[in-house]
Amino acid sequence: MSSTTNSFPAVETRGVVKSFGKGESMVHALKGVDFEARCGEMIMIVGPSGCGKTTLLSVLCGTLKQEAGSVTVFGESLQSMRSSELTAFRGRNIGFVFQQFNLIPTWTALENVSVPLLLAGASRRKAEEAASSLLHKVGIGEKTNTLPSQLSGGQQQRVAIARALVHNPRLIICDEPTAALDAASGRNVLQLLRETALQPERCVVVVTHDSRIFSFADRIAEMEDGRLKALHRPGEYKANYV
Amino acid sequence: MLRLALKMLYGDLAKYTMLVCGLSFCALLMTQQSSVFCGLLLWTTATVRNIRAPIWVADEKVEQVNEVVSLREIEVQRVRSIQGVKWAVPIFWSIQQARLPDGTFQGIQLTGLDSTSLVGQPSHMVAGTVEDLRLPNAVIVDQVAIEKFKKKGITLHLGSTFELNDKEARVVGICKTERSFLGQPYVYTTYSRALEYSPRQRKELSFILASPKDEFRASEVIAQINQLRGMRAFTEQDFAWRTIVWYFTNTGIPISFGIVVLLGVVVGIAIAGQTFYLFVHENLRFMAALKAMGAGMGTLTKMVFLQAFTVGFTGYGLGIGLASAFGTAVLKKGQPPFYMPWQILVFTGAVIVLICCLSAFVGLIKIARTEAAIVFK
Repeated sequence: MSSTTNSFPAVETRGVVKSFGKGESMVHALKGVDFEARCGEMIMIVGPSGCGKTTLLSVLCGTLKQEAGSVTVFGESLQSMRSSELTAFRGRNIGFVFQQFNLIPTWTALENVSVPLLLAGASRRKAEEAASSLLHKVGIGEKTNTLPSQLSGGQQQRVAIARALVHNPRLIICDEPTAALDAASGRNVLQLLRETALQPERCVVVVTHDSRIFSFADRIAEMEDGRLKALHRPGEYKANYV
Repeated sequence: MLRLALKMLYGDLAKYTMLVCGLSFCALLMTQQSSVFCGLLLWTTATVRNIRAPIWVADEKVEQVNEVVSLREIEVQRVRSIQGVKWAVPIFWSIQQARLPDGTFQGIQLTGLDSTSLVGQPSHMVAGTVEDLRLPNAVIVDQVAIEKFKKKGITLHLGSTFELNDKEARVVGICKTERSFLGQPYVYTTYSRALEYSPRQRKELSFILASPKDEFRASEVIAQINQLRGMRAFTEQDFAWRTIVWYFTNTGIPISFGIVVLLGVVVGIAIAGQTFYLFVHENLRFMAALKAMGAGMGTLTKMVFLQAFTVGFTGYGLGIGLASAFGTAVLKKGQPPFYMPWQILVFTGAVIVLICCLSAFVGLIKIARTEAAIVFK
């Protein structure tokens, strides 16, 4: 596991509040969350369903606006950005690995992976070269022209990881990356994430409640009822929820 | 990204086919019905287009060419007396019944030309010569007469005879004419013989055809003729347009065709709009993922508009292609009427563009309202 003591903070949230709904049906998803993730570490946000993990993830990558509190990513305050600036910021700095992969079914693996570069304005040739190289790196170089529907779950998640890394972002956001995979595939995916994504200048934030992969984390942030309950080292933490 | 947007569209073959079919049907319906409508209106001016003359003079109450209020024959002399008139000749035009050898009747449009000049003669002879009209009992029939008589079991050819008002008419020529709104064949003869073929009336001159002298403009001569009491002159083009406008404003034709065209638009909007909305809705999660990955609304707008316009132009092309194929087929047969000016193509194209914009806009509203955060749900 990498050391995080002196590394630069990648993500910081202070007193983040977010609720959904109105009146009696209002749900307070985040109740003043203070969270920090540092460059060079893989931090997992864990906790029972409904504790606010995914909401926190959405807020810290700027896809959801908090009601109160501050979110800073690589020193830049997200709440001060306009919507278009936030979109461009995400495009430059954040890579995503989704639970359901979200690979566009009519595009080949190569095309899906090249999207972040195309969105950043790269030429098709350059984008596809980089995408092909990364697909080889994640071990599915022979599947470049294959449609997602023709790939296994593990292979699809590898394509998703390649897509998250292709534009060399500094923050990788992973939402339940192993939820749709069997145990072996899940471990392989996390191993791959550590090997390919984790670098000194990069931070990987993983939301999960899959206790089988906790050992891959540098730190584990435990959430409960919209609050950050505690920070643990992987060996110190045992999930006490189902 | 635009290439990938197209791949996204073509990848959903069922929806793509549905969209293209819906828009093709819409374009076909609008183009075909509008062309039939224009063709029908054009048919109303067939008499003006078959009897070519720079200036038409009619009774002052006449509003369109298929409405004849007869003039006195002396009026020809009055028109000739006008300074700017180069020549003026009488013409007879009325609907008569031709009696066929087997005793059945066929309505015809009897056209009597000035026997000296033969002004107003058919421009395209298929058999015989126009000059033969000067022979006794001579008539020239058009291709419609051949068709109509054939349906009644009689094959008309040079030398065939039939009766008009108990008098023999002998076919000396066959010509090709523009089909008329009334659907009856044109039968040409000389002015004097046309009067013999028709029941006697107090006034028998239908129109006067005239031409301005070289040094006069048609408008000047028309102004001079309009000074004469009881007469009104038109240029050929003006008379044709007045006829079209008359049918447009005095019949239910525009309403009935308009309803069909409107139905085409509604069907297009309903099918294309709904299907495109479904297409966007089904891809919403992926659009949200693209948004999360840094695709701005500008990029997504370009992608959605490209998808909408791709199906739009494909549908448009297929629709007008089918309408043109229909037109080519019916023009060979001669009916139903079909005339497809460029304005119809522009109109249909504009409606398709409107439908595409509307569909894309509705889809974009959905995308804009979707938070990128849904990708985590």
